[in-house]
Amino acid sequence: MLSSNENDTYAERGIDEVEASAPEFDDAVDAPDRMRPAIEFRDVHLAFDDKVILDGVSFSVKKGQTKIVLGRSGSGKSTIIRMILGLLKPDAGQIFIDGEEITHHSEPDMMSVRQKIGMVFQEGALFDSLSVYDNVAYRLLEQGVPEDEIDVEVRRMLRFVDLEDAIEKMPNELSGGMRRRVGIARALVGDPQIVLFDEPTAGLDPPTARTICELAIKLRDLQDVSSIFVTHEMNNLRYLSSEYATVNDEGQVVYEKEGEKLCLINTEIMMIRDGQIIFSGKDEELQRNDDPYIRRFIHGT
Amino acid sequence: MHSLLRFLSELQDVSLLLWQAFLSLWSKPRYYADTIRQMDYVGVGSLPIVLLTGFFTGAVLLLQTFETFQYYSMQNESGRLVATSLIRELGPVLSALMVSGRIGSAIAAELGSMVVSQQIDAMRALGTDPIRKLVLPRIVALVVMMPLLTVAADIFGLIGGGAVASLMYNQETSVYTYSVRTGISTSDLLGGIIKPIFFGLIIGSVACHKGLSTSGGTVGVGRSVTNAVVISSIWVIIFDFFLSKLLQYLLDIGRL
Repeated sequence: MLSSNENDTYAERGIDEVEASAPEFDDAVDAPDRMRPAIEFRDVHLAFDDKVILDGVSFSVKKGQTKIVLGRSGSGKSTIIRMILGLLKPDAGQIFIDGEEITHHSEPDMMSVRQKIGMVFQEGALFDSLSVYDNVAYRLLEQGVPEDEIDVEVRRMLRFVDLEDAIEKMPNELSGGMRRRVGIARALVGDPQIVLFDEPTAGLDPPTARTICELAIKLRDLQDVSSIFVTHEMNNLRYLSSEYATVNDEGQVVYEKEGEKLCLINTEIMMIRDGQIIFSGKDEELQRNDDPYIRRFIHGT
Repeated sequence: MHSLLRFLSELQDVSLLLWQAFLSLWSKPRYYADTIRQMDYVGVGSLPIVLLTGFFTGAVLLLQTFETFQYYSMQNESGRLVATSLIRELGPVLSALMVSGRIGSAIAAELGSMVVSQQIDAMRALGTDPIRKLVLPRIVALVVMMPLLTVAADIFGLIGGGAVASLMYNQETSVYTYSVRTGISTSDLLGGIIKPIFFGLIIGSVACHKGLSTSGGTVGVGRSVTNAVVISSIWVIIFDFFLSKLLQYLLDIGRL
């Protein structure tokens, strides 16, 4: 596990080292910890004036699991992510992060919780006045990590998203896809246990969108990161729920389709409509679902 | 009633923001580099417009009043009027209005753009308090630099008045300088420095509040900028009256 040894400096850990081995768990030690959901919502309600945004939402994301949240614009998908970060507070219900209830956390209390979470915003949300290096290094600079360790960590993360060449560029020099990838690199600095993706492929061409999905798959399968992937694009769903990342004999990361060799159990889908969960389960169950709304959604009609 | 409630709600939000910024002044982390950068932008950046405003205000004051003074054979006292008007009122207020236009708009635009492009959310998600990182350095920069800018505007205003007296009305420089020196007291100078501190506080807190409460995309940013400049300018003028009255009482300014 990437974050298993907190005594390691950033400089001592390399992405190659991380990618070279799939996660290994000591069952005896980690089992109770793994039973605890990374994210849990219990009957969460939120309304702005008369408009109901979330209406009794309950779900959980297990350690190392990816939850794909589907829904049309305005259905409340992004609200869920904002609540996990404590950027919005629910009117009723409870929210737990890694077993800790954060429902009524104050802003200073949330700062420590947010250290465990990486967030990838829709348009990247890079700081315009900072270079790619400073954007990715932001969290570490704030924490006062020594400059040489920051440099190693920033390069490691930019290598992970295949953008090491752009290290000195400013955000306005980057394409939409590059901005998202820098956003992912920034979110992954500090090895968060939870990563939230808020429509990271919106407005991107299909090959770039696939690259973003591959990064999410790599995080899920090789780094044991729990994640929520908010999207309304069915292509993302197809990649995330049918492909997995593994390391071949040459030590390279390759993506394979699930089938006889392996069946993905660490990815679930949740569909939101008008602030309520109308579906929760595996992709095969979604495809078989008879609900007319769900059928229209997955067939894009 | 609706407008009154909205006004009270805005006032509460601005006060709350100011209070939160004040509280974060006393704990770490502190962003010294950001504060220095803002001071440079607010102070050095605004210097040319503030000096120009000061110079021509002083010049026009003397231009408009010299002949009246001459009519009453009091032309030797014209420097006193320039000094008193500039240092007590026009220097602080005009500098504040210029800074409100230049810096208030820039703050609201920058923070508003950061809100609509989710950079503020990203900052919070990365564990940084935007009030500490963005609001406090801007308010501190304005509070520190406003009195300095005002003093600079006052000096250039006096020079402007002197230039008109000397070049257009052939008044001896020593006569003008003497009337300036006798026209101002320590209390005037003190009041002229205290006022801009509060004006800086008003401009900073209103502009930051307007920027951070931006909604509605790029159109919303434009609206925030307009509101920041208009509201902070109006508040500067209204607050100036009450502050003048308070300073009159506390420092015995304006009594002959």
